[in-house]
Amino acid sequence: MTTDYLAARAFASPHAHGGGEIRRTMLLVLAALTPATLFGFWLYGWSAFFLWLMTLSSALFFEFMSLRLMGQKDARRTLGDGSALLTGWLLAMTLPPWAPWWVAVLGALIAIVIGKQVFGGLGQNLFNPAMVARVALLISFPLQLTAWVTPLPLTTLPAPDFIAALHITLGQTPLPDAMTSASLLGYAKTELARGIGLAQALNAGHAPPLSWLGVRAGSLGESSALLILAGGIFLLIARVIRWQAPAGVLAGALIPALIAHALAPETYLAASTHLFSGALMLGAFFIATDYVTSPITGAGQLVFGLGVGLLTWIIRTLGGYPEGVAFAILFMNALTPMIDRYLKPRILGRTWSGRPLGTTTTGKGA
Amino acid sequence: MGLMEKFFGISWGIHPEDHKRPAADAATRVMPMPERLYISLAQHLGAPALPTALVGQKVKKGELLAKPQGVVSAAIHAPTSGVIAAIGEIPAPHPSGLPVLAVTLAADGEDAWSETLQACDDPFALEPDEISRRVAAAGVVGMGGATFPSALKLSSSRKAGVTTLIMNGGECEPYLSCDDRLMRDEAAAIVDGIRLMLHATGAKLAIVGIENNKPEAIHAMQTAAAPFGDVRVRPVPARYPVGSEKQLVQTLTGKEIPAGALPAEVGVVVHNVGTAKAVHEVVRLGRPLVSRMLTVNGGLVKTPGNVVAPLGALVEEVLAFAGGLAAAPARLIMGGPMMGMSLPHARVPVVKGTSGILALSGAEVADHREESCIRCGHCARACPMGLLPLEMARHIQGDDLKGAVKLGLKDCIACGCCAYVCQSHIPLVQYFAHAKGTLAAEDRARLRADAAKKLVTARNARLAAEAREKAEVAARRKAEREAAAAAKAAVAAAAETATEAGAAA
Amino acid sequence: MFTAIFSLTILGATLGLALGIAGRFLAVEANANVAELEALLPGTNCGQCGFPGCSGAATALVGGAAPATCCPVGGKALAVAIAEKLGVRLDLSGVADEAPKLALVAEDLCIGCCRCIKTCPTDAILGAPKQIHNVLKEACTGCAACVAHCPTEAILLHPVPVTLPHWVMPKPSSAVSVGNCVTSFAERTAWV
Repeated sequence: MTTDYLAARAFASPHAHGGGEIRRTMLLVLAALTPATLFGFWLYGWSAFFLWLMTLSSALFFEFMSLRLMGQKDARRTLGDGSALLTGWLLAMTLPPWAPWWVAVLGALIAIVIGKQVFGGLGQNLFNPAMVARVALLISFPLQLTAWVTPLPLTTLPAPDFIAALHITLGQTPLPDAMTSASLLGYAKTELARGIGLAQALNAGHAPPLSWLGVRAGSLGESSALLILAGGIFLLIARVIRWQAPAGVLAGALIPALIAHALAPETYLAASTHLFSGALMLGAFFIATDYVTSPITGAGQLVFGLGVGLLTWIIRTLGGYPEGVAFAILFMNALTPMIDRYLKPRILGRTWSGRPLGTTTTGKGA
Repeated sequence: MGLMEKFFGISWGIHPEDHKRPAADAATRVMPMPERLYISLAQHLGAPALPTALVGQKVKKGELLAKPQGVVSAAIHAPTSGVIAAIGEIPAPHPSGLPVLAVTLAADGEDAWSETLQACDDPFALEPDEISRRVAAAGVVGMGGATFPSALKLSSSRKAGVTTLIMNGGECEPYLSCDDRLMRDEAAAIVDGIRLMLHATGAKLAIVGIENNKPEAIHAMQTAAAPFGDVRVRPVPARYPVGSEKQLVQTLTGKEIPAGALPAEVGVVVHNVGTAKAVHEVVRLGRPLVSRMLTVNGGLVKTPGNVVAPLGALVEEVLAFAGGLAAAPARLIMGGPMMGMSLPHARVPVVKGTSGILALSGAEVADHREESCIRCGHCARACPMGLLPLEMARHIQGDDLKGAVKLGLKDCIACGCCAYVCQSHIPLVQYFAHAKGTLAAEDRARLRADAAKKLVTARNARLAAEAREKAEVAARRKAEREAAAAAKAAVAAAAETATEAGAAA
Repeated sequence: MFTAIFSLTILGATLGLALGIAGRFLAVEANANVAELEALLPGTNCGQCGFPGCSGAATALVGGAAPATCCPVGGKALAVAIAEKLGVRLDLSGVADEAPKLALVAEDLCIGCCRCIKTCPTDAILGAPKQIHNVLKEACTGCAACVAHCPTEAILLHPVPVTLPHWVMPKPSSAVSVGNCVTSFAERTAWV
């Protein structure tokens, strides 16, 4: 038997593998997103489902076309790594649930083609594709991208049935006025601009406690902070993500929010409101932890997260937009190469500056 | 410490499935002497040995076949008695399958030891340098796989004033259990070897580090070391690569070896437990290193276990003795799966550094199509040296070797943790091996170019000197000719004047 | 909306043009001098580059008359070093990094004419009139200066065989991880 053996080439070590696979990682992330997504479907009805389906299939389509255009013969197999699916899914989570179909298609196009493939495909993009698409859509179509609907379980109106929901997604039915409502952050911003204090403004049906359960107006998948948190904890346990980036994001937003709210509760929203509103939770656990566009080392991820959190709070509080997670993440994405450059691990036997250790210093001290 | 490590994510290394049992629990088998042995002359780090035996010469077991050449080299002895059949090239146990010079020995079946061997009943009465000398003469090299000549380490440790001898019984590579088996079977011999090494190095304390997944070996060693206060056995957490020199020293002593320095810099020296056994045999019995314990393992080996094989036996014969294979292997490895070398085929000999022979199935090797790097950073977290493998590979991919060196390529110990955890199945270690080889080739080319430049300068100087000499000679000749002509003219003129004068008179 | 698109396009085009022009006219001139480049070159004056000796090649390199890849003896490594010194971008696609070569005398053809000995820049050929010549492989640079001078074609270049200690693990052949599109990660981080 052994005489049969003839090696095809010189194989490099190691001759074993831990079994990790991109596909597996992506599937775990998708699994973690599922509960929050299903909750979104329940809140916003069939239209939300159609929008989600539309975004995902467009993302897959554009990925396939890009790979083909770039001459990759094995396009279908590369598609199987699940990264395009994840990008599409994340984008869908951030869209208004009753947005028309073309928002989904255009968003997927921007995310996959401009946000990812133009840079060279998987692993090469500097900015998070879903956030690129989200921001591009928000700036280009502010009206459609802020048309939030009141969660169906809260309204007295009958929920649109399958066919009616299809009409909404296809853009043939304008949103009924009774259904639209502002998101909490948007509402607070408008009221503040009108000179009304927060204590008074938040009395009128926009009580923050509702956010705890996620029954509030908002994006398709960002509503239930608790379910997203559960997904995030699942990813932490599965060792897909690490704690540094999410902790950084939450701390970066909460610390300034706590201080500001304690100083002037009339002008600054409470920390809990920040925490359970908008995309902060989704951003912390699913976007800021994106491998490709975040720093490599734990320390780098912590800095990255703190930056995202702080910028989010600044944009929400001082900026023109009521929500700032997407902008904050894009900004920190741009800083990622720099963070990676300065926050490298220490090489064993060398000082932080890379010189060999002196004979007197030992590992503990350095 | 453990909690802090977990919290800040600075834990290095991996926890691969160890596959050590049942091979580790099977009793050791001694392989019968094959008819022919192929003894490679490059079984150690450094210059190959110079053959001293002649073709057709009859040798006894333990007789010198080749002597060391240069400072870093090792002697090679006959693993059995017989006749030298040939001295020539054979395929090396190396991924490239390139040839290596070897002595072919036809065994006579008597396996008779040479009578000139020098045993010693009271080795502790010997001078420390005498022990080092005997170890050098016996051709002992590091048995863990690095195959650095042990005697050099012993004598230089003494000069450097080493205080602690670290004995490496970590054996963190999956599948391998030869050190484990040796510690279970020969604990007393190993402890004796350790004490001899303490004597030779002048170190005060020996710490034996054994991974805590080998309770039997720990127990055996503790029992054997109990009477001696200067030999301590310390279990270390099972984690790959804790058996690597720098990592083991840090785990056992808390000291960090500076980059580019030897362990002696922090007052320690590291030897493998197998080396201690070899030292014991050399000094007590006078027997040189002619055989070794190795693990035959892998999913396709019918009866995995540990085998004592003579150096120079073919891998094919060792596998056949161990019970054969269930199917043709997907990959044949010499050493462990993490750092071992893939073999071109099974007709290559066992050498001093062969810690194991693995016949792995396709499922064990887990070959996979390479995908794009997604910068997940798992490699950076697994790296025991604190490097950024993904960034280094990027630079090497773009042929920017200088950039890779700046990131710490020279600190890489090629342990394979990065490639093991890589989700994209990028052959990171291959990139690093390629870059290190290319850099070494460039260094050699630079040395050659410098030497050539010196030759050119010397030649130009010589040509210039020759030309100058020629010109000088020519000038001198010309001057001589002119002088002669002038003299002739003067004589002629004088004669003329004389005749004129005569005529006038 | 169209005003916005239009104005941004104009803005982008103008700024891009300005950057392009600035890149061309304000490029940092690397001030490599002839002596520095000559130090890099092999110094064997073999003339394979087509310039009069290594100093001639160095002058041509500084003057821009020769490409960084002009020296076949130095191979890829030298081309990279020269390009770095000159501060130019290097296209290595044309450079086949050939394995090092050595001259070898065919003993049955050599007539012992000594012509090759006189041309060898490193004195690597040994021999006497009417005696078979031999090449000292330690001194031979494989410059091929001798080959043309042999009347019997007895001296030829042969690749140096790869030996065990000199074997280099081949580079992984992969097309996937390098960005085959606009930019690669190494380039995009070059600015920080």
